[in-house]
Amino acid sequence: MKRTGSQIVWECLVREGVDTIFGYPGGAILPVYDALPEFPIHHVLVRHEQGATHMADGYARAGDRVGVAMATSGPGATNMVTGIATAMMDSAPIVCITGQVASHLIGFDAFQETDVTGITLPITKHNYLVTDVHDISQAIREAFYIARSGRPGPVLVDIAKDAQQARIEWAYDDSPIRLPGYRPDMRPISKDMQRAVEMIAEAKRPLILAGNGVLISGSSEVLKQFAEKTQTPVALTLLGIGGFPGSHPLSLGMMGMHGEAWVNQTIQQADLLLAFGMRFDDRVTGKLAHYAPNAKKIHIEIDPSEISKNVPVDLALVGDLRETLEQLNSCIPAMRHEDWIADITEMKGESSVRDIQNLPDDGHLYAAHVIHDLWRYTHGDAIVVTDVGQNQMWTAQYYKQDHPRRFLSSGGLGTMGFALPAAIGAKFAHPELEVWAIAGDGGFQMTQAELATAAQEGIKVNVAIINNGYLGMVRQWQEFFYERRYTATPMTSPDFVKLADAHGLTGLRVTERSQVHPAIDRARDAEGTVVIDFRVEKEDSVYPMVPTGAPLHEMIRRPIPAQTISPIDDDI
Amino acid sequence: MRHTFVALVEDKPGVLNRVVSLFRRRTFNIESLTVGHTDHPGISRITIVVDSEQVAVERITPYLYKLINVLQVEDLTHVPMVNRDLAMVKVRATPDRRVAIMQLVDVFRARVVDVTNDSLIAEITGDEDKIDGFVDVLRPYGIIEMVRTGVVAMERGANTALAPAYTSQNNRSSYHGSTPDNGRYIQASAD
Repeated sequence: MKRTGSQIVWECLVREGVDTIFGYPGGAILPVYDALPEFPIHHVLVRHEQGATHMADGYARAGDRVGVAMATSGPGATNMVTGIATAMMDSAPIVCITGQVASHLIGFDAFQETDVTGITLPITKHNYLVTDVHDISQAIREAFYIARSGRPGPVLVDIAKDAQQARIEWAYDDSPIRLPGYRPDMRPISKDMQRAVEMIAEAKRPLILAGNGVLISGSSEVLKQFAEKTQTPVALTLLGIGGFPGSHPLSLGMMGMHGEAWVNQTIQQADLLLAFGMRFDDRVTGKLAHYAPNAKKIHIEIDPSEISKNVPVDLALVGDLRETLEQLNSCIPAMRHEDWIADITEMKGESSVRDIQNLPDDGHLYAAHVIHDLWRYTHGDAIVVTDVGQNQMWTAQYYKQDHPRRFLSSGGLGTMGFALPAAIGAKFAHPELEVWAIAGDGGFQMTQAELATAAQEGIKVNVAIINNGYLGMVRQWQEFFYERRYTATPMTSPDFVKLADAHGLTGLRVTERSQVHPAIDRARDAEGTVVIDFRVEKEDSVYPMVPTGAPLHEMIRRPIPAQTISPIDDDI
Repeated sequence: MRHTFVALVEDKPGVLNRVVSLFRRRTFNIESLTVGHTDHPGISRITIVVDSEQVAVERITPYLYKLINVLQVEDLTHVPMVNRDLAMVKVRATPDRRVAIMQLVDVFRARVVDVTNDSLIAEITGDEDKIDGFVDVLRPYGIIEMVRTGVVAMERGANTALAPAYTSQNNRSSYHGSTPDNGRYIQASAD
């Protein structure tokens, strides 16, 4: 059949199961857009290409499938850079398709030409420049395969305009993809598996560190079996949240810089760390020289380059986490660690007096209250998509997520502006689920233009703006480490209620604790997107905090207020 | 200490850029990098020399394997190998000095590949020490220009760790990493 390059692009996307893409047209991608109406794919018109990549990312993370973003050459492609880097750092499978100037113009600084494969080389898992129409389908097929297999990541396919326009005799080739240099399918050798079983059996104070790999490999269920069978407590990285139920008795919650004190103390006292699909990021380890000094380490990880990168490990099992855990579950004996769990409970008891329940109930609105109430009145079932900063840490601490792929956050890159577009993407992946974007006043304004996308698409994502009039996390660092010199952090924002109104959406403002619940209910009941402006305490901080470069057990703790406070009811 | 890595890569546009970009991005300082064809069409061979005092060499192999177009990486540092560098040295050689220079060329088993009235070009192949020595003895005569290719390396004997049949796609690879500092991260053969 005669097909143009543009038709081949869409045909390949359809064959990959794509039904929704996020993009923004322009000159160099126009032939592809012109062919779109012939194919059963819904295109979401974004307001900025960064939004398209975050939407594809949120779609991929929530939906466990490859997200697709499309843009034109030059500025369209460069606007994608932040979103691609975000996906790279958090191993999110997205495919970005960009138009490129016609092949005879490449290298001549043509209008809207940019070397996007060069620019994205270090922030993609792989990328392609296609100048021949015959190469389009292979590049797209390989792009999807690479994006979703092994340790997932973003792949970019840059297609010259003349290749889009050329017409050739073409039939879809579904033969197996051959990439001789790509080995996503490694597995541990049996000797190492036996060694792991021995080490686990010997441990008296074992601890599981569960990361994003648990979600990516779909290991939540086998992880639960492993933890229960071996009675091993589970600490989560930021991106591991939801990989193990937050309400499970063995769940400790988040570790690291803003992990609760008992979690980090548990890490420091463990004699065996079982690192499952995580990468010992500096925000997780604190000062490396003092990290878990008494613990042997077993690392189960699909990417060999992560082994002993930050923390030297005693045993590495390189392979798919779910397969490896299934094997371990079949040969590991049932265990009990009553003394160890009692020790942890004691540490937790000491720390939990500093918990949210002891925030002063003085009529002021605290962000922790907002997140806690949001968790309570959404019954813990919503997809929550955070932005970056204090809002992100509070959500990680107080939205006890029981389900995988329902806590989305830019962890590795820490991209402000992620929440709203990623939430829109997540909603497209799961229209049946309630989706909340939780952002600070600063991060929300970075990508607030995507409200118009939500409005145009008529989809419902609720937005909780944790508005403290500052770039809160930076202000917190200034308070702790720069003697309260609040340089460039106070921020004046537009009236978010009017902003919502200007988009034809509902805006609400909440200034007191008592208004939180009704506002959440109103947002949930409303038909379209609702933006809630939560005016929270301006100079509140995220506690506890491990300062950069400090050992994990040296934390700045939440000051205990003087007055007696009545605990709030924790039941849903 | 110097570490010598050999990588087989797919001969596609931009692959050398990917390799070099990786070294830059991970802040590895390259002492020497050479690239050329192999006897297999479509496959190029890269030899990379780094100084292990400045570079965490055990990171290099797994990072290189992250590149889709890299087929195989071997660290030849601790295996018996031959390594060679080629240099051309253009030196001032007026007729009265030419004989003396040509004697030095003979001693080093170099070759003269170009002669003019007041200069000559000597070509020398050898390991880096030999070439450094040759350059040192020519220096007093006045070196006009010099070029070196950088090191290429090959394992001695009939064996090669660089397998010519790249069929790993069909075999599941195993990770032999129970001692992750042994430098051999990935075994491409079937388990």
